[in-house]
Amino acid sequence: MQPNDLERIARQIRLRDLQAVVAAGAGHIGGEMSAIDILTALYFRVLRLDPQAPKDPNRDRFVLSKGHVALALYITLAKRGFLPEEEIATFLQPHSRLNGHPNCNKVPGVETNTGPLGHGLPVAVGMAKAAQLTGAAYHTYVMTGDGEMQEGSNWEAIASAAQFGLSNLTLIIDHNRFQQGAALKDTNNLAPFRSKLEAFGWEVTEIDGNAMAEIVPALEHRAARPHCIVAHTNKGHGISFMQDTVDWHHKVPNAEQFQIALAELSETL
Amino acid sequence: MNAQTPSPKLHDCRDAFVAVLERLAAENPRIVTVVNDSVGSSKLGGFKSKWPERLVNVGIAEQAMVGVGAGLANGGLMPFVCGAACFLTGRSLEQVKADIAYSNANVKLIGISSGMAYGELGPTHHSIEDFAWTRVLPNLPVIAPCDSVETAAAVEWAAAYDGPVFLRLSRVGVPDLLPQGHRFELGKANLLRDGDAVTLIANGTLTHRMMKAADLLAAEGIEARVLNMATVRPIDAEAIVAAARDTGAILTAEEHSVYGGLGSAIAEVVVDRAPVPMKLLGVPGIFAPTGSAEFLLDEFGMSPAAVAESAKALIARKH
Repeated sequence: MQPNDLERIARQIRLRDLQAVVAAGAGHIGGEMSAIDILTALYFRVLRLDPQAPKDPNRDRFVLSKGHVALALYITLAKRGFLPEEEIATFLQPHSRLNGHPNCNKVPGVETNTGPLGHGLPVAVGMAKAAQLTGAAYHTYVMTGDGEMQEGSNWEAIASAAQFGLSNLTLIIDHNRFQQGAALKDTNNLAPFRSKLEAFGWEVTEIDGNAMAEIVPALEHRAARPHCIVAHTNKGHGISFMQDTVDWHHKVPNAEQFQIALAELSETL
Repeated sequence: MNAQTPSPKLHDCRDAFVAVLERLAAENPRIVTVVNDSVGSSKLGGFKSKWPERLVNVGIAEQAMVGVGAGLANGGLMPFVCGAACFLTGRSLEQVKADIAYSNANVKLIGISSGMAYGELGPTHHSIEDFAWTRVLPNLPVIAPCDSVETAAAVEWAAAYDGPVFLRLSRVGVPDLLPQGHRFELGKANLLRDGDAVTLIANGTLTHRMMKAADLLAAEGIEARVLNMATVRPIDAEAIVAAARDTGAILTAEEHSVYGGLGSAIAEVVVDRAPVPMKLLGVPGIFAPTGSAEFLLDEFGMSPAAVAESAKALIARKH
């Protein structure tokens, strides 16, 4: 699938995400909008997956470590055929399998349970290490938030990945510059990420993480070492009043804001 | 049956663990080990020399160790994640919860040198909270074998079980109590000695002390039932209810805090299904003073003689 097709799908996912957040009265819309282009490129171009065989041992792995943007993952998985698209309407409803963080034992296509931050990368290192030990050809991708990189467990895993020489591992940092309470730079500023990851022995690529033409080649790149993509994104990307403010971590648009956002996203469909 | 006295030869249960692990690993290439620089303390030197590539050492990084274990299981392997019980459970408890138990990952967590095995190293190295922390987690069986026979059987069982397991081992020598060839059954207590005056229930390093206490009681004409209850979760409710009904009093002892461990798990069943007087022995809610594990168990009222005295006081409270 080509970049312009991927962009169209990403816009559809954004629109559905907005509608679902408003319907559920909850969600993490800012971080969902920043991540959706990368999720789209992964599921509609890069990952070797079969929705009919979600546990195929040779499938590529993707771990959404920033599990609070589960809704964006659910919509992407549904669009890719892992679950019925109409099931998105059950998001956060009693007994829905689509709760606020993804559950691998309930939702096909989810690899491990995330939610507490700093968990996905160590698990992804284990997945890549397993492929290295068994000779399996799958590639492992993991996406973290930039604020999430403040968790020490990530740096344990970064060191291990380099030590193990995991050339079959790609870490994507969704660098939208905002965490829940404030800007990253006003909290515990780990940026710039490149020098830190390189110091640990990783290869680093920096991209515009909302530009499909940059996302796809970065995801398809194969390095001789563990690979980190620092994806410079915009929190709330695609909805003008949400972009680059701390307010939209998990706020829900009111009726008026919803109409503005709907119009902006529909315009580009 | 009641004449059985523990043989004096003491075994380090880690030896039984690695012997079975290496035998199984020779047959099953999916078995790997994950360590936090704990090759020596986990007695994995032999495993490492046989299969160096199958020993994954993340360094001193317990959160990554448990997370990596979950990822290895996702990749089709069967990891035995081995580390000092205090760090394996305490340092990485959230990884045990989310990555292992909630994700239902096929990972075997092997807590080495549990309880107060590190004795004089002090409370930072004691693992007397791990039953409480782990037994509240769904999907995660919690097992503390009482001797080398049960350890070997439990490792064999864990490798055949498709799901996460927490196996809590000591390094303190214990005599063999169970017969050779014993097969481990999850959630099933073992009747080691029968009696009707009181039931003594323990696991791990305390079971043989219970047997000695029962000998002392028998010398005074008091016949105690002794149950070895290695599985803390799922607890053997039927054996507990039967003990309450048949003997009218239950005394528990464990190398763990009295809060939240084996005794608490048993008490939860007793209050619900068969209320009888109970006495819970363990570490009495304090950070232990300096001393070896054996010294501290005695210090906290778990010498055979002190257990026997507690049992007599408990019997006096029977309805």
